[in-house]
Amino acid sequence: MIPVAFEYQRATSVDDAIAKLAASGGGKFIAGGHSLVPLMKLRLSEPAQLIDIARIPGLSGIRASGGRIAIGATTTHYEIAASPLLRDQCPMMAEAATEIGDPQVRNRGTIGGSIAHADPAADFPAVVLALDADIVLKGPTGARTVKASAFFRGFYDVDLGAGELITAIQFAPVKSAGYAKLRQRASHYAVVGVAAALEVSGGVIRSARVGLTGATTHAVRLTSLEAALAGKRADAVAAACAGAANDVADVNADLHASADYRKAMIPVFARRAVERALAR
Amino acid sequence: MVPIAITVNGKLRKAHVEPRTLLVHFLREHLNLTGTHVGCDTSQCGACTVLVDGRSAKSCTLFAVQADGSEVTTVEGLAPEGQLHPVQQGFWEEHGLQCGYCTPGMIMSAVNLLKDNPAPSESQIREGIAGNLCRCTGYQHIVTAIQHAARHSGKAAR
Repeated sequence: MIPVAFEYQRATSVDDAIAKLAASGGGKFIAGGHSLVPLMKLRLSEPAQLIDIARIPGLSGIRASGGRIAIGATTTHYEIAASPLLRDQCPMMAEAATEIGDPQVRNRGTIGGSIAHADPAADFPAVVLALDADIVLKGPTGARTVKASAFFRGFYDVDLGAGELITAIQFAPVKSAGYAKLRQRASHYAVVGVAAALEVSGGVIRSARVGLTGATTHAVRLTSLEAALAGKRADAVAAACAGAANDVADVNADLHASADYRKAMIPVFARRAVERALAR
Repeated sequence: MVPIAITVNGKLRKAHVEPRTLLVHFLREHLNLTGTHVGCDTSQCGACTVLVDGRSAKSCTLFAVQADGSEVTTVEGLAPEGQLHPVQQGFWEEHGLQCGYCTPGMIMSAVNLLKDNPAPSESQIREGIAGNLCRCTGYQHIVTAIQHAARHSGKAAR
């Protein structure tokens, strides 16, 4: 399958990328291209120009400073999965990366691309919601930061302005966090995916943040489950998770799973994610 | 048309291509390296798998211009003419194929896997080839072929 013809330029810096896109008229950024290239081949996306940001120096990499971790936008899923820093300090992030697609996809796909594209069944949106991450953006009018909870707005709809680029994902690492998903057997997309990040002391969950992907138009926080988990010990997690789907409306249905089935799986995978978090 | 320079199997190949040229088409049609197959053409089956800068990638989901300046290894470049790479030898010894269409991609994924993990468990092998579909074998002989390669790689592993 051959996409519509386009022009191609490589950006040498973030500012260069923003300037090139602004000058392109109908251009798009490309990094790993593992969401965009398939869409272009199907001619569902026909950008006149691609600005390649994959090799911008400093835009990839995982850094810790001041108790927070910053993951550069062009860091690949493979690099996240293999990161000793993340495996140690925020294992859920590495665990979720390991479950994305397949090895070839993980070698090319990037976290910035996954979050900007915001496929309703992508894994990272749930993870960055549970981590209460900041999405760091830069555009023609400067840099800004958006909370993950405000970034995902609807079906493939995110708070990313025309000409804006994600530069990094920043968060305070959470050790007691887990990701569990029911994966679609061929694509490994999440039919239902739940990320849970807990604050635990003395065997009691003091607070919880839970992100859900795959089940609705866009990834969302399960705030009533978060409230139900607060103050609970491990033996009360199953009961708290039983109502995980109660406030989830308009559940997706497709050939992989009916809405009822997805709804039934939300508590199951919420419980697995929370138990995984508690085991850390 | 834009100029690209890609080192393919150790040889620098320069060409002018349309930006929309997929890497797999550059390899097959411009360089006549037809060992890399086009299967599904939708990023799922992995028949087009090559190594880009040492890591496996689906060359149907990558424009050749994105690989400008990179090193690409195809199944033709795994071993010198007349010799077999340990993974190719494993597929030979264990009959890791039936029709052979998926085989080059399977081999490249196995090379990627063994580079990361020279002694994988059976389930790690199955995860390692999760991006490659085979419609004939039921995978069992492919797994044993990769186990054979892991046992016999030694210093020859890349």
